[in-house]
Amino acid sequence: MTQMLSIKGLWKSFAGFVATRDIHLELNAGETHAVIGPNGAGKTTFFNLITGHLRPDQGTVLFEGKSLVGLAPEKIVRMGIARSFQRINIYPRLTVFENVQVALIAHAGQHWNLFRSGRSLHREETADLLRLVGLVDEAPEIGGELSYGKQKQLELAIALASQPRLLLLDEPTAGMSPQETAEAIALVRDIVRARGLTLLFTEHDMSVVFGIAERISVLHHGEIIASGTPDEVRNDPEVKRVYLGEHAHG
Amino acid sequence: MPNRNLGIAAIVVVLALALLPLAGSRYSVDLATQVLIYCLFALSLNVLIGYTGNISFGHAAYFAIGGYACAVLLTTYHWPLVLALPAAVVISGLAAAVIGYFCVRLTQIYFAMLTLAFAMLVWGIAFKWKDVTGGDDGFTGVLVPALLEGHVNYYYFTLAMVALGVGLLWMICHSAFGLTLVAIRENAVRAGFIGVDTSKMRWASFTVAGTFAGLAGALFGMYNRGMYIENAFWTESAQVMIMVLLGGIYSFVGPLIGAAVLYLLQVVTNQYTPYWPTVLGLILLVVVLVLPDGLVGLAKRVGGKGSRA
Repeated sequence: MTQMLSIKGLWKSFAGFVATRDIHLELNAGETHAVIGPNGAGKTTFFNLITGHLRPDQGTVLFEGKSLVGLAPEKIVRMGIARSFQRINIYPRLTVFENVQVALIAHAGQHWNLFRSGRSLHREETADLLRLVGLVDEAPEIGGELSYGKQKQLELAIALASQPRLLLLDEPTAGMSPQETAEAIALVRDIVRARGLTLLFTEHDMSVVFGIAERISVLHHGEIIASGTPDEVRNDPEVKRVYLGEHAHG
Repeated sequence: MPNRNLGIAAIVVVLALALLPLAGSRYSVDLATQVLIYCLFALSLNVLIGYTGNISFGHAAYFAIGGYACAVLLTTYHWPLVLALPAAVVISGLAAAVIGYFCVRLTQIYFAMLTLAFAMLVWGIAFKWKDVTGGDDGFTGVLVPALLEGHVNYYYFTLAMVALGVGLLWMICHSAFGLTLVAIRENAVRAGFIGVDTSKMRWASFTVAGTFAGLAGALFGMYNRGMYIENAFWTESAQVMIMVLLGGIYSFVGPLIGAAVLYLLQVVTNQYTPYWPTVLGLILLVVVLVLPDGLVGLAKRVGGKGSRA
């Protein structure tokens, strides 16, 4: 397998608080990799460092051999990395359809076109993506008026519109009921398989990831304390001690 | 509203306006000329406010630059109108590009304050550069082509130019570019993560807005046969912003309605009382407290359609 993402010695601190501490992570093409850890473990910071939202204090991030450090988010997206956000991050006053359409417009580089009607562009592809995430009927609705779970699906469609090779999902099931969680994870798994994507996602609920992740890294206080197959991670004494212990009363 | 209905509505409005000189007095024709100019001015500002979500407090600067540039080129340099007007529009667009280059580095209140600062600078230049602008006395005696000297002819010229400007702005606001601007307004961070360079887009939006404000200013200078430093003052920027808010920022036609209503209200109010600023304050109060989506939002609520982008 070819290596897609290589992260070495990644540090980030905020006013003395170390959010990520010497993170190393290798991701092969086609792999589904989960980063788990309790809230506050540094998962979102880790994602923000990869996608250009934050700049690391130290360390390297290579995507297909090219460095991402210091690049703006819009540059990184164009290299083939798309992401979703833990907190809903859509265009609340645009319709569901437009939310996805504008991502397709941007991906095609048509956002500089002052002459062609925006609404006429990529209608088929938009409908296809909405069908894929199960939002066809909601297409004309206002994005911000959708239920929480459906906004999460919309975010997934927006991320897929950028036609990524590497998809980063930050807590794709946060705030969902167990039923919704199971459906969302099944949806993500199907899409990732059908499109041959490489997936890196974060999750605070450990039980969610075993059905989908091929490899798991455990983040604790900004540090990766274990990394391996689900079985290896499940049986790791350090993980059992810090993660499962905390999780039981978290 | 479907595009076809809107197209028909636009044609009806333009035709009605074209018939006005046949029925109306000289006074109403002059008033209509001024209203049309302010409609274009307000619409240009809404590219920034409504579509991009960037509140400019200095939009009068580009109106004034367009007005002064056209007046100076026509009068001092005796350029023909076919050159002076486009040149004035280009000059205001370039000024907006230069000023916008710095402004878009900031957001929100800091952006607004920087646009205000630059507008005051423009005002200062108009005030001090007496040889060119006439300074405090204003630039008077603007030479307009003989064909446009009659008030009816000038009205038709204004109508044509404003219709052209509104048509172009319609196209831009509804283009892929315009839709992306709305995405930036709604969520600039997300827009970055779909591959949009939001600063550059905001810069382009700033330039577009300034360019069309310049056209409105040029039309105003010729209509008025003069430009004055008051046209660049911050109160002018505030007034055009109130026009936009009154009409409704989330609708294309909102600023057109807001400009017409506010301008006519001002004219009527001035006939009865010298306290227009007080009335303006009351209007602003009502808009902010009761009509967050402006008159268009109110119409939609009354019509039971609900508001949308």
